[in-house]
Amino acid sequence: MKQKLLAGLVAATLGLGAGAALSQAPAPGKASDDVVKIGVLTDMSGVYADYGGPGAVTAAKMAIEDFGGKMFGKTIEIVSADHQNKADVAKNVTQQWFDRDKVDATFENLNSAVAIAVQGLGKEKNKITVVTGAASSKLTNEECSPNSGIHYLMDTIALGNVVGKAIVKDGGDTWFFLTADYAFGHSLEKDTGDVVKAAGGKVLGAVRHPLSTSDFSSFLLQAQSSKAKIVGLANAGLDTVNSIKAASEFGITKNQNLAALLMLITDVHSVGLNTAQGLYLTEGWYWDMNPETRAWAKRYEERMKKKPNSNHAAVYSSVMHYLNAVKAAGTDDTAAVLKKMKETPINDMFAKGGKIREDGRMVHDMYLFQVKTPAESKAPWDYYKLKGTVKGDDAFQSLAMSRCAALKK
Amino acid sequence: MDKRTKILYGALLLVALAAPFVGGYPIFLMKVLCFALFACAFNLLIGFTGLLSFGHAMFFGSAAYFCGHAAKAWGLTPELAVVLGTLGAAIMGYFVGWLAVRRQGIYFAMVTLALSQMVYFICVQAPFTGAEDGLQSVPRGKLLGLISLRDDTAMYYFVLAVFLFGFYVIYRTIHSPFGQVLKSIRENEPRALSLGYDVDKYKLLAFVISAGLAGMAGALKALSLGLASLTDVSWQMSGEVVLMTLLGGMGTILGPFLGAATIITMQNYLSGFGSWVTVIMGITFVVCVLAFRRGIVGEIAYRLKAK
Repeated sequence: MKQKLLAGLVAATLGLGAGAALSQAPAPGKASDDVVKIGVLTDMSGVYADYGGPGAVTAAKMAIEDFGGKMFGKTIEIVSADHQNKADVAKNVTQQWFDRDKVDATFENLNSAVAIAVQGLGKEKNKITVVTGAASSKLTNEECSPNSGIHYLMDTIALGNVVGKAIVKDGGDTWFFLTADYAFGHSLEKDTGDVVKAAGGKVLGAVRHPLSTSDFSSFLLQAQSSKAKIVGLANAGLDTVNSIKAASEFGITKNQNLAALLMLITDVHSVGLNTAQGLYLTEGWYWDMNPETRAWAKRYEERMKKKPNSNHAAVYSSVMHYLNAVKAAGTDDTAAVLKKMKETPINDMFAKGGKIREDGRMVHDMYLFQVKTPAESKAPWDYYKLKGTVKGDDAFQSLAMSRCAALKK
Repeated sequence: MDKRTKILYGALLLVALAAPFVGGYPIFLMKVLCFALFACAFNLLIGFTGLLSFGHAMFFGSAAYFCGHAAKAWGLTPELAVVLGTLGAAIMGYFVGWLAVRRQGIYFAMVTLALSQMVYFICVQAPFTGAEDGLQSVPRGKLLGLISLRDDTAMYYFVLAVFLFGFYVIYRTIHSPFGQVLKSIRENEPRALSLGYDVDKYKLLAFVISAGLAGMAGALKALSLGLASLTDVSWQMSGEVVLMTLLGGMGTILGPFLGAATIITMQNYLSGFGSWVTVIMGITFVVCVLAFRRGIVGEIAYRLKAK
């Protein structure tokens, strides 16, 4: 009897589900509520909290304040959440923002898995998603979403391009790679290696280390014995930091230079100049480039008590660009705003002559930096010297190379 | 089942059926159900057999990948994809269990943890998992090839139906003679052995059922959220399910459900607090261990009995 009862219940729920599916025709797009509301989704507490985190939320708030705080006579609203580096939490929160909380666009979205999940959701719900913190080039290739997604800061292709081209030009023509042994590391190694070879350099070899290892000694000894001028670090996060520390302990940095493919000023800050000196790295922005960047960094520092990194600047710039586009379009309708965003060049403290391409890629100049020695550094956070600038069109993947299916007619 | 329990189950079922219509957010509810099933499956092992597996995420996560891959790359219908994920996890459970049940206590936990870490690294390396990007945009497909599950409410009822099935399997297992043997093993293993029960075989079977149901939960999650990621196979996930079970009440039937609902609600609705979420969860756990060691449901049941 009990079995039958339960079987009946299961059948009934299935039936109910079917009924719900049939009765609910695809919902028509809701007319926009006249409040402009943006969401900032980031890692507030985990490993990337310095990279995005509270700083990114502050940057977005600064953009809203600088814009005037009001749109069409109503206060611009902002919500933020911690995705804890979990794609499912990110998806859950973002969906709630879109479905219930009337959020018009989300920003930041660091962490590749999170970014791809959020961008996919934006595509489904027809909402603008701007990714700054994540570097996966899939965002504008396999997983692209030309009608809703924007990738604002660097991607892995640009990182490899800039480091490869600029360093070879600077004389670093023999390379050895220290690669994290998984898909991300492999593609970084391959892409950068190709760039180095195309620029006339030579790749002498590579060694692969397991993900999240703490002992780099044997790998670094191989790098040392290769006698390559440049040791390219095709890894990320803690692995990069650990390999730099180990390289400095082994004295590798005396004869060879390290080139980090994915590293930020906040990482340099945590490693310290003594250890990181001489390191090559690439970023899209640095606080000490011109009076405009310094002025913005100063205002940011007053609030956050530390200097901003390129991600924070990109969040500010992207939120500002979005708000200007909404104002110009006179509506917060996704298609109209996105059209304005793509039409209008970006000229602010973050980028000069930046443009958003049809695949959603924001093309802007990228810079090669070398970390200063402790003697060269005059002030706290005075870490980089500029070694080269790569024009946006040379740094990022060309549209012709794009694997974005939605662009192919 | 006495009358009071029946009324309780009936009321819960009504709440579950009505939830999406009285303001429950379907995506969130689905997630709660998936983790509740995961915790219930885990509870079958720790609460009723006395085996602490510290690697249950490997079944949860692998099944999510199996199911996601089957639905995305092979275009399988959702019910088949879930079945495939469940079977995959059960088969893994057989091999892991076969190795692990030979040891007891901390060694059992360490064996499961070690194997789960191996699975994690396979997931980082394997081509179809997408490594740190995760397996994304998994389609929900059409149930039996007919009913589209794109609508969140429809998907919710599918998840609820599968959850009820899984919950029923666990309920039957616990209340069967087989379940009685499991409990006797939990209470006193040498004694069960001396009574002539092949203890290892019973433990292995319990392990396989638990792994399969954990896999079913993972497969459901992959479909309802449309993604499978490394988070699902990481050791933190194994830890989270322990937390859910302990908080709700180990060895009670409804405890894991309540524990999962509490933890997921906290993760979701407190995410605005940023870094404080983990602190709040930590404090909750400490309070739970210090003040009501039997878990929420366990404590309520104990108080009711004491009266």
